[in-house]
Formats: sequence, C-alpha cells, structure tokens
Amino acid sequence: MSATVIAFRRTLIALVAVGILTAAAADPADRLANPAQEARARTIFREVRCLVCQSESIDESDAALAHDLRQLVRQQVAAGKSDAAIRAYLVSRYGQFVLLAPKPSLGNAILWIGPLLVVVLGAVALIARRRPASQGEALTEQEEAALAELAPEETR
Amino acid sequence: MIDELGQFALVLALALSLAQAGFSIVGRLRRDATLAGAGEGAAMGAFAAIALGFAALIHAFVTSDFSVLNVAANSHTAKPLIYKIAGAWGSHEGSMLLWCLMLTGYGAAMAASGRLPFGLKASAVATQGLLGALFIGYMVFASNPLARIGDVPVQGDSLNPLLQDPALAGHPPFLYAGYVGFSVVFSLSAAALVEGRVDPAWARWIRPWTLAAWSFLTVGITLGSYWAYYELGWGGWWAWDPVENASFMPWLMGTALLHSAAVTEKRGALASWTVLLGIGAFTLSMMGAFLVRSGVLTSVHAFAIDPRRGILLLGILGIAAGSGLTLYAWRAPTLKDEAAFTAISREGSLFLNNVLLAGATAVVLIGTLMPLIRSAIDGTPISVGPPYFNLTFTALVAPALLALPVGPLLAWKRGDLTGALRRLWIAAALAVAAGFAILAAVSPRSLLASCGIALGAWVIVGALAEAADRVRLFRAPWAEVGRRAGGLPRGAWGMTLAHLGIGVFALGAAFETAWRTESTEAIGLGQSMRLGAYQLRLDDVGQYFGANFAADRALVRITGADGKVFCIAAPERRLYAAGGQTVSGVAICPTLLDDVYVVFGDRRTQPNGQPAFLLRAYWNPWVRFVFAGPLLMALGGAVSLSDRRLRFALTSRVRAAPAPAAAE
Repeated sequence: MSATVIAFRRTLIALVAVGILTAAAADPADRLANPAQEARARTIFREVRCLVCQSESIDESDAALAHDLRQLVRQQVAAGKSDAAIRAYLVSRYGQFVLLAPKPSLGNAILWIGPLLVVVLGAVALIARRRPASQGEALTEQEEAALAELAPEETR
Repeated sequence: MIDELGQFALVLALALSLAQAGFSIVGRLRRDATLAGAGEGAAMGAFAAIALGFAALIHAFVTSDFSVLNVAANSHTAKPLIYKIAGAWGSHEGSMLLWCLMLTGYGAAMAASGRLPFGLKASAVATQGLLGALFIGYMVFASNPLARIGDVPVQGDSLNPLLQDPALAGHPPFLYAGYVGFSVVFSLSAAALVEGRVDPAWARWIRPWTLAAWSFLTVGITLGSYWAYYELGWGGWWAWDPVENASFMPWLMGTALLHSAAVTEKRGALASWTVLLGIGAFTLSMMGAFLVRSGVLTSVHAFAIDPRRGILLLGILGIAAGSGLTLYAWRAPTLKDEAAFTAISREGSLFLNNVLLAGATAVVLIGTLMPLIRSAIDGTPISVGPPYFNLTFTALVAPALLALPVGPLLAWKRGDLTGALRRLWIAAALAVAAGFAILAAVSPRSLLASCGIALGAWVIVGALAEAADRVRLFRAPWAEVGRRAGGLPRGAWGMTLAHLGIGVFALGAAFETAWRTESTEAIGLGQSMRLGAYQLRLDDVGQYFGANFAADRALVRITGADGKVFCIAAPERRLYAAGGQTVSGVAICPTLLDDVYVVFGDRRTQPNGQPAFLLRAYWNPWVRFVFAGPLLMALGGAVSLSDRRLRFALTSRVRAAPAPAAAE
C-alpha cells in the first residue's frame, strides 16, 4: 500500500475516538455528589483543552486523558479551591496550551487589539468622510448611460 | 480505459486553462476580439474536460474499480450507491477535482455571459484561466484523483462511516460552489484593477456571482453544522473549530462584500474597498481549503488531510492571493472614489455593517491563526477556543444586529435618523416586550440570553416593518399595497428574507445556548431518567444489521410533561465491519421548534449485577431556528439572484416595466 493510504488510515483512527460515544463529562460514575460543585466543575471543563485531542474541551472528549483531567478538576473543586486557583494549577502543570481562552498578556494582545483596531480605524474612516454631501454626488454621464443600459426599467 | 480517458481529460484541461489565459491576455493586449473569443472558448473547453474527468472518477466509484488508488482507499462494494458517488469527493484528491470542476464551471459561465465590456471580460477570463491552471496543475502533478495502483486489492478500505450521511454527501458540493464562486469575483476584481476602472456597472456585474457564491456557502455551512449536530453526538451545532472557522471567514467577508457592492452600485462610493473585499473573499476561501486540507491546525473535522501537500497548497495560496493583493496595492490608489455621504445615511449604515463584519472576520482570522503565530514568534503553544470567540464575536455582532433594521430605512447620501427610528418604534416596543417576557417566563433566568432574544425579535420585526413601509401596508388602499408589492424588485424581497433569517438565527442561537438541558444516566431495562420536562424510559435493547454495518439499538420511550408518550427514540451504536469503526447513531425526536436528542452509550453493570446502559440526552429548545435562519438567508440570496436586472446576457429581452416609485 502506498503512503497516501497509510496516512489516510491514521486520520481514520483518530476519528474513532470521536465516533464512539460514552458519557464523557457527564458520566454518572464520576460525578461529584454535590450538584452545585459538579455544575462548577462542568463550567471549568468547557474552558480546558483536552491536550491529546483535536481541538476539543475536556467537557466533550471521551479520551482517557480528558477523563483524568476532569477527575483532577473535580478533586480540586471538591477541595474548595477557587476557579482561578484551579486554572493556575492546570497552567503550572500543562502550560498555557491547556486553557481554551488564552490569558490576556503582551504576547496575546493582538487577539483583542487586532479586531478592535479594525473597528476603530473603520469608525474613524467613516467619520472622516463627513464631507458636505453636495460635491461629486452625481454619477458621471457615462455611468448613468451604463446603468441605463443595464436596467432600463430603473432609470428615473 | 475510462480512467485513462479521464486522466487524459484532466491534463487536457490544464492545457486548455493555460490556453485560456494566454489567448485572453494576448487578445486583450492586441484588442483582438477573435483571440479573446478563443480564450473564452478554451474556458468552456476546460470545463468540459474537467467534467469528463469528474465523470470518469464517478464511474470508477460506482463500479468499485479498485485499480484506482482513490477508490480503493475510500470505497467498498457494500456501500450504498449514494455514498459510492459521494465518496468521489470524500478524499483529498477527489475534493480537489470537485474544486477544479467548480472553478472551470464558473469560468465557463463567466466566459458565456454576454454583458461584460471587452477589456474587463478578457482580463477576467485570463485571471480565471491562471487560477484554473494553478489548481488543475496542482491536481495533475501532486494530487491525481485517478492514479492507478499495480497491486489491485479485492476490496476497498471504505469511506469513513461518519461521512456516510445524506447531509454530508451534499455538504462539500455546496461549500465548494460557495468557496469557488468567489473566484469569479476575484477575477473580476483583478480585471477591474488592471483596467483601472471600478464603477457602478462593475459593482452590478459582480453582484450575481457574489450572491450565488454567498448563498451556496450559506447552505454548505448550514449542512455541515447540521451534520456535526446530529452525527458527532455532542449535541452542539458550532464549536469554533478551525475547520468551521475556515468556512466562516469567507462567508463573513462575502456578506460584507454584498453590502459594500450595493454602495458602489448605487452611489459609486467605496469602490476601492469593494475591490479589496472581492479579492479577500476568494483569498479566505483558498485559505480555508488550505487550512482544512493541510492539517496545519488540529480539528475534529479534518478529514482527508495530507501535510506534505499542504505546503504546495500554501504555495498556490501565496501566488494567487499575493498577486491579487500586490495588484491591489499597486492599482487601487488610481481608482476614483469621489461620492461623498454623511455618516447618517444608507451608505453610512452599510459602511458600519462593513466595519463590524470586517472586525468579526478579524476575530475569526486572528483567533484561528493565533496558535500558529504565537508558536512561530516565541514557541509558546497556546489555545484559542470557544470562550474567546463567543465573547469577541458577540461583542461585534450585537451592535451590527442593533443597527440592522435602521439601515434600510435611511435615505442615500443623507438620512433622517429620527424619522427612521419613528418608523421603528413598534418593532422596538415588541422586541423589548419579547425580551422581558423571556426574562420573566424562562428559568433559570438569563439576562444575556433575554437580550439576545430581544435583539433577534428587533431584527425580525424591523425587517417586516421595513417591508411594510415599502409597500405602505395599512397606510394605503389594499389595491395599491398589492401593486407596490408586485412592483418591488426581487432584490428588495431577498434582502428582507435574508434579514429575517439572521433574526431567526439569533433567536435560536440565544435560546438554545442558554437553555439547552443535558442529562446522562446509566439505567437498566425498564428504568427511567429525567430530562427537563421529559421522562425517558429504556424499553428495550436489541441488534440489527444494516447494508454495511451491524448495530446495537436501544428503544427509549419519551413521555412529555402531560404524561403522554411523545416519541419512541431509537439511538444506536453501529459497527462498520469494513473499517472496523464504531459510530453512534443519534436519535432525534423533533417538536415544532425543539429537539430531544438521545445518544446510546456503553453497557455498564448495576450494583445488583443487572446490566445498565448509558444514555445521554439533550433537550435543545428552539434549535430549529438555528438551522432555519441560515436557510432563510440563502433563500433570500436566491430570490435576489432571480431579480430580472441580474440575469446575464438578456439585456435586449428585458421588458421596460414602469419604475416602482419607492423602490430605491
């Protein structure tokens, strides 16, 4: 078999993990007894990346590592740690990669500044256009003619 | 034999695409209509040749010709016919052939359309030919869909069972028809830059192509989202996954393009910006194809990836987009963009729409690429996921939705904001009332979701109010209302439908996200579990055999709040013998707006030794709106596209109809 087929098979194997469905985060066997604590743990799960998966949170993934991470978070929640402390703990163990919402920092600043810049520059451009509406408002004769040819019914 | 003919046809298509570019360029330079006509002929020939190659591939799949590597790797004799056919575009090679089919198809359609002036058309056909040569060249030399293997297997490896699905069979053709539709806009934009002229007529020429591409892309994304919703079994419809984002970026930019082109068409303004969007939309489409096919970003939806060829695709993206943007940087400053307008005007509102959509595109683009950028800068791996996108995207889209109903009520050049708002007071009152009603009635209480509902209602009622305003509903005699409604251009109705669609989507997205309920339990036969107002009882677990799989199936009796049986759901787990994969078949019990969604999981053991089965269930309220909204938008695009003024090559046959008084 050629390399292409082998490469393709590898992606299929990765997919089986998606295809087989067990209970993931909601498995009754793993749940914390206190529903408020369990709900808090679930909220944190959604912000934590399953490190070995393809762009999934540990809330969605059935991977073994996701299960381990969930149990880790549950233990910390049960031990009464704050959300921030749990996140800090995960980052100290696995690095920034584990958080799906990157912490605001200088290196990540473009995530927020980039779109903001687009909007601010756009707004400035719009306001800067505020010229008297009298100049150059009419289409040229040529353009009128072109439009008339395109859509005779619309010419007024 | 047929495979070799197909292969020959693909090489021929490459030669014809090169000829298309060559004839058109020389024809344009010499102002020779015969040479330019030969270029157009070559464009149609290239399409015919690719169609032949595509037919050969379909034939190979339908007849299970495993001497073709692509068929051996992706098909199986036991697969149902529709998935044998869909398998033709389920692989990397096949999907690239589909891409080329669309690219040459659009090119042929443009070559056949009669309205474009000589210079613009020759330049655009040449550009389309160059794009065709790039992609067909890649396919012929690096991604041959009809390559043979010497050692012919008896049986094929089959298509990934997750992909054997009706929605997904249709997803790639729609998506590619959308992606590649923007290639014509790209070619017309490049041609306009070469010719140095962007005017209202040009903006009208790109409109049908933009509308077609945008509508196809809308349907394609919706099908993909619906497939992920019921096939992947996690109950959600959008995850901000890189592959989803890849298709969403050209859509956002295409939406911006539709609106800015309207300004260029009616007022001659924003010409340079519209051209940039025209180049950008196809650039993002190519980038989407590259991101999806190269595996450079990890994604749950990455099928048929091949990193080695990713670098080639990146090269093509660099050449095509790089030339387009260089041409823009060089020629755009010469474009005339004189028409002035005040901020409070139709142009101003469309400009605001563009600013916010550009910001939203930037959010998706930066968020998707940031992990790559960051690891290139300092090697720090970071993740950018749903928490980031939900926050920033919503922050940009909410003001756009807030402004949406006002825009169409403002006049061109200088609008009357108070007048527009006065005409919208009923819509505003209804929207606020809807928000408060939801806030009061639905528990747990959610202020954010109630605001989302109010926003959706505002867009819907605002769009209806604008349509009512146009036909002077309740203010003129019925006969006149009917006459006005009949006289409105289809484009106006299309806009109303598309705006209704986005409002409907906002309702669904806000409600479903806030009040989706999940319940997971391991229960034995005859036992029950609770899901919101519903009661789910596991009646039976059995086995059955499908065409190419064996399945375990549960029968779950779902009872509503009134105690009546509402549905018997039959979720299953399928084992596909051909590939050895297990996938789950989700059972969905729909009501008018909601879904009860049941997934069948592992077998467990109860404390008393009896078997138990994991059932995971979701109640997805108003989820119908999430999918109906985009389809309404695509329908709006189709209605606009049917506008008489947009039909190609029919200039002489257009009847002169009386101008609708309040049309524009």
